[in-house]
Amino acid sequence: MSAAPFVVIGAGQAGLQVCDSLRKLGYAGELVLIGAETSPPYQRPPLSKKFLAGDLEVERLYLRPDSFYAKLDVALHVGREVQRIDREHREIEFTDGHRLAYAKLALTTGARIRPLQCPGVERVDVFYVRTLDDGLRLRARLADVGHVTIVGGGFIGLEVAAMARSLGKEVVLLETLDRLMARAVSPTVSAYFADLHRAHGVELRLACAVRALHDSGSGKLQVSTDHGPDFETGLLVAGIGVVPNAELAIDAGLEGRDGIVVDVHARTADPDIVAAGDCTLHYNGYLARQARLESVQNAVDQAKVAAASMLGQADAYVQVPWFWSDQYDAKLQMAGIGMPFDDCVERGERAGGSFSLFYFRAGRLVGADSINRPVDHMACRKLLAQGTMVVPAEIAREDVDLMQLART
Amino acid sequence: MPKITYRQTGGREDVVDVPEGWSLMEAAIQNDIAGIVAECGGGCACATCHVYVDEADLARLSPVSSMEGDMLECTAAERRATSRLSCQIRVSAALDGLRVDIPERQT
Repeated sequence: MSAAPFVVIGAGQAGLQVCDSLRKLGYAGELVLIGAETSPPYQRPPLSKKFLAGDLEVERLYLRPDSFYAKLDVALHVGREVQRIDREHREIEFTDGHRLAYAKLALTTGARIRPLQCPGVERVDVFYVRTLDDGLRLRARLADVGHVTIVGGGFIGLEVAAMARSLGKEVVLLETLDRLMARAVSPTVSAYFADLHRAHGVELRLACAVRALHDSGSGKLQVSTDHGPDFETGLLVAGIGVVPNAELAIDAGLEGRDGIVVDVHARTADPDIVAAGDCTLHYNGYLARQARLESVQNAVDQAKVAAASMLGQADAYVQVPWFWSDQYDAKLQMAGIGMPFDDCVERGERAGGSFSLFYFRAGRLVGADSINRPVDHMACRKLLAQGTMVVPAEIAREDVDLMQLART
Repeated sequence: MPKITYRQTGGREDVVDVPEGWSLMEAAIQNDIAGIVAECGGGCACATCHVYVDEADLARLSPVSSMEGDMLECTAAERRATSRLSCQIRVSAALDGLRVDIPERQT
């Protein structure tokens, strides 16, 4: 009897990376990658960005060509949903009742959208951006409407707002908090982007929640909010966060709260089960605390660690977190976790739309937000990874070459 | 379709037909060319799709933007006069026959 395969549940960025890393690390056994969606692993970030402009073919989103799976001898099963994990027999069970044995199991199940809740929401069509199908549906609808309402002033909502404006749509954006991207960036950066969106013609309503939605007929809907007049819109898009897909692990008796709990080696309490990506509440070696991160960086770097753990190698997840967002011509890049901070210095020209804020906590650099300053971003990632001690006043000086500083 | 050649440091060469309008980076990913990482997906934001072009080809390529120029300061392998980010090079008929070298490391 041959050994059971290594099985990866979740065919996104993290799941693909687990497979790629397993092969790179020399695993030669059977490898199965299972995806609930019908597409092979694809890039999600463009779905709220250039994909909406309509000129990007679906296959250009694929992370790897079909030939990759054959070459790496990865059995890719898409459109298959897993119902439960039977840890006692080391088997997974699909929704169709079919069972599959595993020797090691990786959970890269990602996250799903948090649904909008308000009176009337069940009687109208709300659009979201998470899956390729969501993106296709939104792209098609966007072409047909003149007025777009976006609920949520985070990355997704703001990226969609920017794309909608570039397509000439009227855009209203509602955010319940009093500033944009409040979880991710400092008030200064929030304010900069609020100005940017207003300058591009977006009607921003901050500290404003949706009170009710009504179908006003002929495909349009009526939006009532906390303050400001009611209005009619052709399309409502909600980007109000995600929920980690932790149920498979929790139902199997593994620890899961806001995500599947894993250690710095991406291991659950079951020695045969690891997890990586958006779905994990992990011990982050770099942050020296538990964290749940939703990003390509986290998916890729944690998946590499998970693959090593499946092979009994103790790699540790200590990478500097980084994120990015594209809104109009502003490329926002975030390195480290800058919040909370007790000191902050600015580098560059805010008026020219190219500047960075470097954040310090107790005298140590902890992160930077860069707008059209990719070199600052790359240098900050290097400085943080190395733990280089830097002086705030020095960072602010344009004549100081940060990449040079990071190399020394 | 224009033909592009990707050369590895070990000497291996892959010749790929690239649809016009695609970037050199996208074509590398979709043809499973080793050594092009592209961790930002083509946003000119990570410098992990670095390639070296032949000096003779510099003239037929679009010029390096200031953003690309800045990012080329952040490559893992040394920057040369022929360094480009493959996500910033759009393939057209004029680039038929282009050969690029993939550096030893991207991260």
